[in-house]
Amino acid sequence: MAAAAILDVRALRKSFGTHDVLRGIDLAVAPQELVFMIGPSGSGKSTFLRCLNRLEEPTGGSIVVDGVDMMAPKTNLNAMRRRIGMVFQSFNLYPHMSALGNVTLALRKVLRMDASAADAAGLAALTRVGLADKARSHPAELSGGQQQRVAIARAIALEPKIMLFDEPTSALDPELRGSVLAVMRDLRASGMTMVVVSHEMRFAREAADRVVFLEEGAIVEQGPPGLIFGPEAGARTRAFVSEIGR
Amino acid sequence: MQHSIFIDSFFKPEIIERYAPDIARAMLVTIEVAVLVVVTGIALGLLLAVVRSFRLAPINFLIVIYVDGFRALPPLVLVLLVYFGLPNVGINLPSGAVLWLVLSLVLGAFAEEIFWAGILSVRKGQWEAARSTGLGFAQTLAYVILPQAIRLTVPPLTNRTIAITKNTALGSVIGVPEILNVATTTQSFVGNATPLTMGALAYVALFIPVVLFGRWLETRFAWRRA
Ligand SMILES: Nc1ncnc2c1ncn2[C@@H]1O[C@H](COP(=O)(O)OP(=O)(O)OP(=O)(O)O)[C@@H](O)[C@H]1O
Ligand SMILES: [Mg+2]
Repeated sequence: MAAAAILDVRALRKSFGTHDVLRGIDLAVAPQELVFMIGPSGSGKSTFLRCLNRLEEPTGGSIVVDGVDMMAPKTNLNAMRRRIGMVFQSFNLYPHMSALGNVTLALRKVLRMDASAADAAGLAALTRVGLADKARSHPAELSGGQQQRVAIARAIALEPKIMLFDEPTSALDPELRGSVLAVMRDLRASGMTMVVVSHEMRFAREAADRVVFLEEGAIVEQGPPGLIFGPEAGARTRAFVSEIGR
Repeated sequence: MQHSIFIDSFFKPEIIERYAPDIARAMLVTIEVAVLVVVTGIALGLLLAVVRSFRLAPINFLIVIYVDGFRALPPLVLVLLVYFGLPNVGINLPSGAVLWLVLSLVLGAFAEEIFWAGILSVRKGQWEAARSTGLGFAQTLAYVILPQAIRLTVPPLTNRTIAITKNTALGSVIGVPEILNVATTTQSFVGNATPLTMGALAYVALFIPVVLFGRWLETRFAWRRA
């Protein structure tokens, strides 16, 4: 599997000063696999995702995405980053641009598409998240769920090899989460490789191939959702799962 | 009686008629200096704020020294220092150029701080979102950060711009034929305060539109926040 992996992380470490946040993480993600990450607050889940596209500079270890060594000095980071879609807890849409403007900015400035090609690709991405009719709306005119779907469209418009989700529904009211999760299910069904940090257990049970339990910057246990969420899981995993399951 | 003394001292019709063209010409000088100062000062401030965002320590150190220096010193001191100091090092600038240069540098210093504060106030997530789509640092700054930062800077920048353009009156101490200079010269010549009234009205006529323009900008640049 390792050879064909879209994402291959080895011995990834990250320290902030003397604080070791990631303490040697190994994780390989196969094409079309959905890896679901859980762990207590402060265990390093966000830091891990942010190291993958080097928004955060890893302290050590290797990261290979689609065969490209992310840590190599000669790697074109900007070219690789557009291959790694990222969705944030707080959406981070550009407030001064319409939904379509948000989606097309990188198409125009990174992929250098002309305006009409970018608009067409942007509209196609918005259609995939069910928001073609909101193309002209600004983020402030959209609900949280709609904003997060625009953020997903912004990432998938670049045709990434892998998508990273950092608690994509945590900032949303419960009734708005369903639409975002539905879009994520569609993405999964279309064969997207995904790493999802979330507390949405039901989504994990239905959609995840593998659940990874992270604690204090290290992977404690991993396996299919049935195992990790079931009675055979290790004691620490079970304690955590029962806590968030409540 | 009271009434006509008042009119004769501050609004004497003959004086108004006689010197209106002089004041009008002075207004043009004030407008010219003010417009040039606003353009160069704001451009300088924006440029320095952009340079500062690259966070190169030695360069930022110099920027901070310049900014703090020009914000701390009274503009009058700078005008006199430059006007009487430059000839000593062999540089002779006309008084109008000195006024433009000094006021541009002062406005540039304030504008840099305002733009910089605007850049810092844009949430970190905006940088991260943009960079995660493959936009480079300069692209992110240009398309994502600055448009948001600049909107936040419109109110303080408008205030600072009005304040600095009022300082064109400092040109009177170095002989720039702007409104205050012409008004005071004329006042001492005719021995009547009417030219000063005319000068004051000229400033009002100039600055009311600027203030209104600032308000219009503020509403235009405001966008609904979630
Ligand atoms: N820029 C930073 N500087 C210093 N410490 C940081 C920084 N970013 C994160 N940390 C620390 O790293 C640890 C892991 O943070 P991280 O955000 O990755 O946790 P998390 O698992 O995503 O938590 P949560 O579930 O609350 O989002 C925390 O102790 C945090 O304080
Ligand atoms: Mg987190």
